[in-house]
Amino acid sequence: MTVSDTHLLTVENLSVTIPSSAGAVRAVDRVSLALERGRTLALVGESGSGKSMFCRAVMGLLPRSAVVPGAARVTFDGRDLGGLPRRELAAIRGREIGVVLQDPLSSLNPVIPVGRQIAEPMRYHLGLSSARARERAVELLAAVGIPQPEERLGAYPHQLSGGMRQRVAIAMALACEPKLLIADEPTTALDVTVQAEILNLLGRLQRERNMAMVLVTHDLGVVAGRAHETAVMYAGRIVEKAPTVELFTRMRMHYTRALFDAIPRIDDPPHRELGAIGGQPPGPAAQRVGCPFAPRCWRAEERCRTEEPPLARDAGENHSYACWFPLSQEERP
Amino acid sequence: MRFLGGKLLHLVLVLLAVTALTFVLLDVLPVSVAHEIAGQGATPADVAAIREQLGLNDSVPVRYGRWLAGICRGDLGLSLYSKQPVSTAIASHLPVTLELLLLAQLFALTLALPIGIVSAWRADSKLHRLLGTLGFGLASVPSFALAVVLVYLFSLRLKWFPATGCTPLSEGVRVNLKGFVLPALSIALVEWVALMRVLRSDMIATLQEDFILLARARGLPDRRILLRHALRPSCFTMLTLFGVQTGNLIGGAVIVENLFALPGVGRLLLSSIFSQDFPMVQGCVLLIAVGYVTVNFVVDVCYGMLDPRVRREASGG
Repeated sequence: MTVSDTHLLTVENLSVTIPSSAGAVRAVDRVSLALERGRTLALVGESGSGKSMFCRAVMGLLPRSAVVPGAARVTFDGRDLGGLPRRELAAIRGREIGVVLQDPLSSLNPVIPVGRQIAEPMRYHLGLSSARARERAVELLAAVGIPQPEERLGAYPHQLSGGMRQRVAIAMALACEPKLLIADEPTTALDVTVQAEILNLLGRLQRERNMAMVLVTHDLGVVAGRAHETAVMYAGRIVEKAPTVELFTRMRMHYTRALFDAIPRIDDPPHRELGAIGGQPPGPAAQRVGCPFAPRCWRAEERCRTEEPPLARDAGENHSYACWFPLSQEERP
Repeated sequence: MRFLGGKLLHLVLVLLAVTALTFVLLDVLPVSVAHEIAGQGATPADVAAIREQLGLNDSVPVRYGRWLAGICRGDLGLSLYSKQPVSTAIASHLPVTLELLLLAQLFALTLALPIGIVSAWRADSKLHRLLGTLGFGLASVPSFALAVVLVYLFSLRLKWFPATGCTPLSEGVRVNLKGFVLPALSIALVEWVALMRVLRSDMIATLQEDFILLARARGLPDRRILLRHALRPSCFTMLTLFGVQTGNLIGGAVIVENLFALPGVGRLLLSSIFSQDFPMVQGCVLLIAVGYVTVNFVVDVCYGMLDPRVRREASGG
C-alpha cells in the first residue's frame, strides 16, 4: 500500500499484543487499511474482535503493557505517528483526531460542567480566551442539536439525558475541528429511538466539516448507507473489506453473511429466529492455526483448520477477503 | 434547610448519648473524689461533708440532670479540685490542640496528596511498590515511637526544634510554630499513609474511566489530567478518612501531647479522668463530641462541593 496525498490515515501491518498470565493476547493482528479525507470507514465485528483496541492504537492510547511489533506503521496526514515525540503526538491527538466512545455517561467527567469540558481543548490547543472558547462551545452545542445551548453550558453530565450526553460528547470531539473522527460504538449504549438521530447527526457533521470518520460498530445494519467502505474484523484480523455497497451485494465471507443474518428485518415474518452464530470467538491467546473462524464455520474443511487464508482480492476488484471457500453467487443474501 | 435541621437534631442526640454514657462510666471508676479532696488526715465526717457539698450522694440520673440543666444555662460547672470554671480550663487548652491538629493534618495532606497521585499514575512501576512498602512500614510504627526518633534526630542531634514544651503565640509565631513541628510530624507521619493509600486506590480506579481516556485523547498533558480530571472524583474515601482522623485529634493526641509536654485537651482530659474530676471530663467529652459532629458536617458539605451529584441528593432531602 502506498501513501498518497488523498489518504488521511494509513495503517500498515498493525498488530497489538497484550501480555497476560495466559500468554500474550493478540488483540489486533496485522491490520492494514487506508482512509481518504472526508470518507467514512466502518469497522464491524463482534465484541472482542479488536475494533476498540485498533482505535486506541491509532490514537496512541494503548494500555501501558501493550506491545506493538516494529513492522507497524501508522501515518496520519503525511506524518508517521510512530516517529513523533510524545508532545507532538498529544497535539495531533487533541487537535486533529476527535474521539467519541460508547457510553456517554462515563465519557464525560461527572464533576465538571459540560461547557468547561468542551472549552478545555480549545483553550489548551488553540489558545482561545475563556470568553471566546465559551462562545465556540455554545456554537458547538447548537451544531449538535442541543436546544438552549447557553443554558446547558453549566449543566453537569448527570443532569442530561443519554442522547444529550452523547451530543455533548460529540461536541467535545469536534471542538478543535478534527480531520478525523473516531466513533467507537457511538450508539450502542443509547435508546433505539436516539440511535438513528445520533448517526444522522454524525453523518451530517462529517459532510459539513469534510471530516474523515472511522465508525466502529458490531451492528452491520448501522453501516448501510453511512460508510463508504466497510471492513469486517474477526479475532483481531480484517477478514473482509470492500466498498459498502459492494460488500452488501457481493459478500464473500461466511462470517459477514452470519452478521448480515443477525440483522432483524421489517419484512420478516413474526418470530423468525435471527441468525445467531453458534460458538464463541476464539480466545485471543489461543495458539492460532488455520482460519480463526473455522471452528464456527459451516463450510470449514480440513484446509481451513491447518492453513490461514490470506486477506487478498480478486484481480481487478476492490474487494478483499480472507477465505479459502468464499460464498458463491447463490449463497449471497 | 431540612438538611441543616436534620444535622442539628443528630448533634443533640449524639451529645446526649455520649455525655450520659460518660457519666455512668465515671461513676464506676474506683476513685473517691471526696477522699482525694479531703486529704490524708481527714476524718470520715470531713469526707461525708465534702460528699454532701459536692452533691455526690445523689443518684447518677439526678446528677446528670443537674449537669444538663447547667449546660442549658451555658454553665459547664467548676473543677472539683481547683474550682476553676471548666470553660476557662478548656479555653486555655483548646488552642494548643487545634494548632497541633491543623499542623498535623496539613503535613499529612501535603505528603498524601502528591505521593498518592504520583503512585496511582505510575501504578505498575517500581516506585509504586517502593512507596507502598515505605508507607506500610511507617503505618506500622506507633506515633510515640516515631516521636522519640524524631526528637532524637531533630532536637538532640540537629537541634532544629525544641524537644518539649510550648511557647505561647504571644511570644512570636516562629517560636510558637517551632514547638509544634515535631509533635505534628509524629502524628502526620503515621496518618498520611492511610490517606495516601485510599487516595491511590480510588485514583487508580478513576484513571481506568473513559473520561480519562478521552482527556488523554484530547491531548491534554498528564499533569492537567491528573489534577483537574482525576483528583476530584477520587477524593471521597480520603475525605471521609480525613474527617475521622481530624475528629480523633480534637480529643487531643493524648500520647503525643504528653510526650512533648503540650498543654492540650488530651492532657487535660487524661488528668481529669484519673482524678475523677467529672465536670472537667464532661466538659472535654462535650467538646470532643461537638467537634466530631462538626467535622462530619463539614465533610458532608465538602462531598457536595466535590461532586455535583451529591449536591442534588442533599437538596432533595
